[in-house]
Amino acid sequence: MDKIATRESFGRALEELGMENKKVVVLDADLYNSTKTEYFKEKYPERFINLGIAEADMIGTAAGLATCRKIPYASTFAAFATGRVYDQIRTSIAYPKLNVKICATHAGITVGEDGATHQMIEDINLMRGLPNMVVMSTSDDLETKWAVKEIAKYNGPVYLRLSRYKVPKIYDEKTKFEIGKGIQIGDGKDATIFATGITVNEALEAKRILKEKDIDVRVVDIHTIKPIDKELILKCAKETNKLISVEDHNVIGGLGTAISEVLTENYPKKLVRMGIEDTFGKSGRAEDLMKYFGIDCNSIVEEIEN
Amino acid sequence: MKITKIEALEKIANRIRMDVITEVYYAKSGHPGGSLSIADIMAVLYFNEMNINEKMPENESRDRLVLSKGHASAALYAALAEKGYFSKEELLTFRNINSNLQGHPDMTKVKGVDMTTGSLGQGLSIANGMAMASKMDSMGYRVYCILGDGELDEGQVWEAAMTSSKYKLDNLCAIVDCNGLQLTGSTDEIKGLNIEDIEQKFRSFGFNTITINGNDIFSIINAFGVADMTKDKPSVILAKTIKGKGVSFMEKDVAWHGKAPNDEEYKKAIDELIEKEKEIDKRMEGVNNG
Repeated sequence: MDKIATRESFGRALEELGMENKKVVVLDADLYNSTKTEYFKEKYPERFINLGIAEADMIGTAAGLATCRKIPYASTFAAFATGRVYDQIRTSIAYPKLNVKICATHAGITVGEDGATHQMIEDINLMRGLPNMVVMSTSDDLETKWAVKEIAKYNGPVYLRLSRYKVPKIYDEKTKFEIGKGIQIGDGKDATIFATGITVNEALEAKRILKEKDIDVRVVDIHTIKPIDKELILKCAKETNKLISVEDHNVIGGLGTAISEVLTENYPKKLVRMGIEDTFGKSGRAEDLMKYFGIDCNSIVEEIEN
Repeated sequence: MKITKIEALEKIANRIRMDVITEVYYAKSGHPGGSLSIADIMAVLYFNEMNINEKMPENESRDRLVLSKGHASAALYAALAEKGYFSKEELLTFRNINSNLQGHPDMTKVKGVDMTTGSLGQGLSIANGMAMASKMDSMGYRVYCILGDGELDEGQVWEAAMTSSKYKLDNLCAIVDCNGLQLTGSTDEIKGLNIEDIEQKFRSFGFNTITINGNDIFSIINAFGVADMTKDKPSVILAKTIKGKGVSFMEKDVAWHGKAPNDEEYKKAIDELIEKEKEIDKRMEGVNNG
């Protein structure tokens, strides 16, 4: 099966969106061939702004454009799109609730060889803690395309988390996609695996392996981490025996934390949070790192069998 | 309607100063020093230079102001109230729990505030974005951005300066309130910034630089005139001002950066500004009679 990274899907979707919506402008910080905003740049150079290696300036410029009714999509690597410019996002975008879409590629340890400086595993935590911010993380080609287009219709700040790691296609055109609503895949009763971004595919792999062992699990793709789909989480907590979350992010402050908050207040039940165990990443091949940090399909299978 | 008479604008600046002092006095907090230093600039921007209509605060083709030094909010609110965006009584609620007039400007709460600011160093990038939007849509509106000289310590200002210049944003005019003082001392002793350095830096970043006495209405009007005529590059007005200008005991005293006057000090300040108004009135009469 053809695999495609969500950054690539993002670039293609943005190119389409450029034609559909003339208010869309794209900003990048000297990484457009990596973030894939290059496709938009080629088609709509008059609506593309390369700010150079100056992320703070990029976020501020995006904010200014948004006050003048543009819909800016600002893109760079997740490490530089969040931590480096947290205050710019906080003061100039989240607080005034400006219509800026921060689209961060190269999130998580699956960035691979570049190592810990570029493996952003704290971004969901940072963005989730900002009032007014919608936080999304997509898992395949079509879902990314839907997200890129849907967030243009939503008036307010959005953080869209994308990755470099190639993933197979999961969804087809029949799937219903809505910001804030998780997607349940299968209705297994033995366990629920909550996943987001690249780990959705790992969870589906685990589901297939477990099926052969007569263990029937469901996978829930939480593409919108904030606002989170409480109803779906509680439904799965009630319908399945075991709950697991798995993410390419620190276990502190990410998907697992967001789900825990829902469970604690509404339906206390154990959740096993799989992710990076509060440590920085390191260089290596993405597949090896996923195994090393225990967020690949085999780690999920092991956890469920235990 | 544009006000062109120097004395009339001086009177407005003086009223802005009274309102600044009153806001800060009622709130028992705020930043009088850096608000007083920009009162003359605010008077010229809102009553002479900017193409705005207080009855249509969201008009897409209006000129915009980003008060990058957001702690001078008292001066911005005073100018907006003077212009008629909201009532002067509202100024007395400055910084109160139910007030729209937040400690630092919030664009979602106050009509006429074009951008939320407060964390220093970000305004010029934002003004660039606005100026780019104006050019993309051939709207022709101009964008103004007031920065503090202390604020220039922030690296983002210089990232933004490169962008203003690279995109030839001649519809952008930055104004640096060069009062020479920041919270813990002079801009020179803290980061080696004096007005000559600042001028040189902006020039080397590709700006048209205009150095003036920033507390002189006539000079401010002329400086904006030069900036308006400048093509293919952004302009920056280096406005030499006096921190605390207009209230003698606050002038050039860093202690008044972020402190409210007590009852006695308030009365003293207002009395001095009333005297100033009388003096301006006298000059106006002189002009009219002569």
